[in-house]
Amino acid sequence: MGLSSNHLLGLKGVPKEDIQLILDTATTFREVLERPIKKVPTLQGKTIVNLFYENSTRTRLSFELAQKRLSADTINFTKSGSSAAKGESFKDTVRNIEAMKVDMIVCRHESAGIPKYLTQISKAKIINAGDGRHEHPTQGLLDMYSIREKVGKLEGLNICIVGDISHSRVALSNIYGLQTMGANVSVCGPSTMIPWDMEKFGVKVYNNIDKAMAENDVLNVLRIQLERDAGVLIPSVREYHNYFGITQERIDKNNPNVLILHPGPINRGVEISSEVADGSSQIILNQVTNGVAIRMAVLYLLGTKSEE
Amino acid sequence: MEIILKGLRLLNPEQDLDINSDILIKDGIIEKIENLDSSKFVDAKVFDFSGKVCVPGLYDMHVHLREPGGEDKETVISGSNSAAAGGFTGIACMPNTNPAIDSAEVVKFIADRAKDHLVDVNPIGAVTKGRKGEALAPMLELSDAGAVGFSDDGTAVKTASLLRNALEYAKMIDSPIIEHCEDESLAGGSMNESFVSTELGLPSIPTVAEDLIVMRGILLAEYTGGKIHIAHISSKRSVELVREAKLRGVDVTAEAAPHHFTLTDDCVKAFDTNYKMNPPLRQQKDVDEIIKGLQDGTIDCIASDHAPHSIEDKELEYIYAPNGIVGLETQLGLTLTELYHKGKLTLEQVVEKLSINPRRVLNLEIPQIAVGEKANFTIIDLDLEFKFDIKNSKSRSKNSPFNGRELKGKSVAVINNSQMYFDGEFNHI
Repeated sequence: MGLSSNHLLGLKGVPKEDIQLILDTATTFREVLERPIKKVPTLQGKTIVNLFYENSTRTRLSFELAQKRLSADTINFTKSGSSAAKGESFKDTVRNIEAMKVDMIVCRHESAGIPKYLTQISKAKIINAGDGRHEHPTQGLLDMYSIREKVGKLEGLNICIVGDISHSRVALSNIYGLQTMGANVSVCGPSTMIPWDMEKFGVKVYNNIDKAMAENDVLNVLRIQLERDAGVLIPSVREYHNYFGITQERIDKNNPNVLILHPGPINRGVEISSEVADGSSQIILNQVTNGVAIRMAVLYLLGTKSEE
Repeated sequence: MEIILKGLRLLNPEQDLDINSDILIKDGIIEKIENLDSSKFVDAKVFDFSGKVCVPGLYDMHVHLREPGGEDKETVISGSNSAAAGGFTGIACMPNTNPAIDSAEVVKFIADRAKDHLVDVNPIGAVTKGRKGEALAPMLELSDAGAVGFSDDGTAVKTASLLRNALEYAKMIDSPIIEHCEDESLAGGSMNESFVSTELGLPSIPTVAEDLIVMRGILLAEYTGGKIHIAHISSKRSVELVREAKLRGVDVTAEAAPHHFTLTDDCVKAFDTNYKMNPPLRQQKDVDEIIKGLQDGTIDCIASDHAPHSIEDKELEYIYAPNGIVGLETQLGLTLTELYHKGKLTLEQVVEKLSINPRRVLNLEIPQIAVGEKANFTIIDLDLEFKFDIKNSKSRSKNSPFNGRELKGKSVAVINNSQMYFDGEFNHI
């Protein structure tokens, strides 16, 4: 049994069996990552392009490492210093890359919808590494994997996503994936950071972090964009930290057993205090390790899937 | 030269006219309106239009011709050809050209390009120089050169004080200020703000960005006694604001574009940039209110907001692609299919919205179907069913979300300026 789709564009509509398969496959690769020789020949001879139109260090490194661990041939494309900077259109760039005969494209782009567009103009298998504020499915999967690894299950858990939901691609992928796996998902943040009609996803909306913390088993804490948000969506970083920041004091008071996730990079002293970031409630670095395993699983399952 | 048009239903609500008759046209002037025995007119060319409706020539008051400056997308001639193919004998062209229509020279340049065409092209002048929102454009000079209204379309007039002065100033020539209603500080998104934008993760434009500027225009028109025309109205609340203002006697008029009464923001889910326009596609409640506004007279006109863009521009990523779609050749078909055939507007109302009212807003003469008058009319086959194929469009640009759409009702001939467009060809008559 393989995945039902040739691409991973998002977690919306992805069936439970597919998510289960990816998570279980990742468990196998997670073991590989603990071996002295961390390389398997699974994708030997496959060519993968990392098409990164937006800056991303950790996602790209994680994908690249996953590809190398699977013995795939990989090439990297970044917007700066490329033909795109000289005015070549996205479509032409993709067609040129495609003409070099690639099997898979991992794409990060600031415009929502680009992965879907790629499936229309390319024959390669497409993995979305984040499109606009839309989806970031491998992040959603690695968050689910990390929670499952720690707690042993996803079904029935109360999981709250905290922070700037409006500008987050992580939030939607988490919501879709976790709901499919039977978790109860909620969001928490200042009202300016909660997008339109959020309740229609079937998620509860909190504006009070203490309440959210008390009522949830897991908090997935998102990064606050300091440069962009202060003075616009929130009055100041200080006010955000005081009213929404995850501190040890809050954890002790509201829910000592709460599990803290953060997709990184973290802003210490803003959305999360240093004490918590280094404390026993968080699994931030496990997420990073698991990210490689999840991406190996996705690359493997799609890369070895024959076209129907 | 003489031509005879046989078997027509002549319809012009402006004249209370609805009769069946033949028409004889000589050198572009209506010579006879009566049943004619064509064998007695040996020199006349005879057209059988049995069962077709003849209405005063349709007029689209919101068209973007890209000349000067963007001739690869559209020229005065290609846009006029597209207008004729869509059933229009007149269009008003918006000033967001390069250079903008902010001087008599540009008005005259466009008039010169259009002078031998069947389609009348009436330029809209810019409200401010270069559409920059800093200083008023020479509105009297523009008007003298032939501009029929003023707009900074593409954006709203930048400040309330400039709009106030423009409304005051334009009163001297009884011209409307045509407002693109969008608050700058709330603008900048790629689609309507709704659950769909949340789902798609695209930056969004809220309806209140439109409503605020509609209200600003209404209040300033009320205060100054000037004339404000709301371009491409798209939000429910805006329609309600115009309705209330009309009841108070404010000199406000409004137009709606076919895509705003036929499509919703659900379409954006395809991430096809042919669904990207400004104002963006809204929700079903907005569509319903626009139709209600058309029915009760709140919305006076239907106008296409024909906005040609090249393939390479529209093929950009969704957030970078320019706004706008071509619309001259789908406008009549969509109006007839979605409003007339579905019993939402009468044929008289369709003629008012697509011919009479836009000319009235711009103080243009309304064509009469009467002996001695210049022949300026559109002949429509109400029941002709066709599939719109953008490949056949006369426009230089092909950015339409309606490609492949089944439509019912089409213009089969247009006559104006002693010319006839029939069967894909222009001929002098």
